[in-house]
Amino acid sequence: MHLSSDALILWQHGFFKLNVTIVTTWVLMLVMVVGAKLVTRNLEHRVNISRWQSLLEVIVVTIRNQIAEVGLKHPEKYLGFLGTLFLFIALSNFCTIFPGYEPPTGSLSTTAALALSVFIAVPLFGIAESGLGTYLRSYTRPTFIMLPFNIISELSRTLALAIRLFGNIMSGTMILAILLTITPFIFPIVMTLLGLLTGMVQAYIFSILATVYIAAATRAREEALD
Amino acid sequence: MDSITLIAMASIVTAGLTIAIGGIGPALGEGRAVSTALSSLAQQPDAATTITRTLFVGLAMIESIAIYCFVVSMILIFANPFWDHVIAQVAK
Repeated sequence: MHLSSDALILWQHGFFKLNVTIVTTWVLMLVMVVGAKLVTRNLEHRVNISRWQSLLEVIVVTIRNQIAEVGLKHPEKYLGFLGTLFLFIALSNFCTIFPGYEPPTGSLSTTAALALSVFIAVPLFGIAESGLGTYLRSYTRPTFIMLPFNIISELSRTLALAIRLFGNIMSGTMILAILLTITPFIFPIVMTLLGLLTGMVQAYIFSILATVYIAAATRAREEALD
Repeated sequence: MDSITLIAMASIVTAGLTIAIGGIGPALGEGRAVSTALSSLAQQPDAATTITRTLFVGLAMIESIAIYCFVVSMILIFANPFWDHVIAQVAK
């Protein structure tokens, strides 16, 4: 039994290792990019649009509304980043319905990379919204004593983001593997269904938390004006 | 007892204790959160979407405490660094 799909190495040449996580990630990326490209190749602007365009429109509009509900003023600016996070995690968790599939989100390296991209994106969006000085001063709010705690919270929430996603998905696949040895017939299917639900919820949680963090960072200017 | 047996025993017992004790707190917390959310849903059905969204986010945050404990116990059982170290020492 292995803890993550990093340990399964498909191809190796010297220092360069190609494990299952990387391959699955690239396949998922390829599916998403090619699929989106094919759908958006001929967009229509009338009442009867194609099914796939309708699907994409539903997804994009829903994500934009969710971002707007959290309190970000111009959701279009953040739609690319947050939507990509959600769609990648959701697709990677959704594909667990295929047998033999190892979700890349069940490996700590993938989730750490996703959490690090949030960690970098939050100050970038914050600085773009309110300027470097105002953003940095938001760390010393409400008082200067809070500066180390604000920095610690920035780091610990990144760690929590990574471990939460990894733990949830890894525990799902692990419980399945254990159940398959105990009760091989019906019960694992029920747990797969539960795993699908947790996968979707975790994708939602990850992107909504990223949205909340970005909203908190971009709110620095309004607080400075108050 | 040699060190391999000691490490195996300590790891297994600690893994069980970790997930057992670590499950209590999140279970109580989730129960409280859901019951409060249900009573506020009954009082204000109009705010259902907001309450449900906050509830889900909160539940995932609470649940992640239990997940941390699970990760620690899984590491203790399947990827124990001390165990690997001793095995490497013996193999030498």
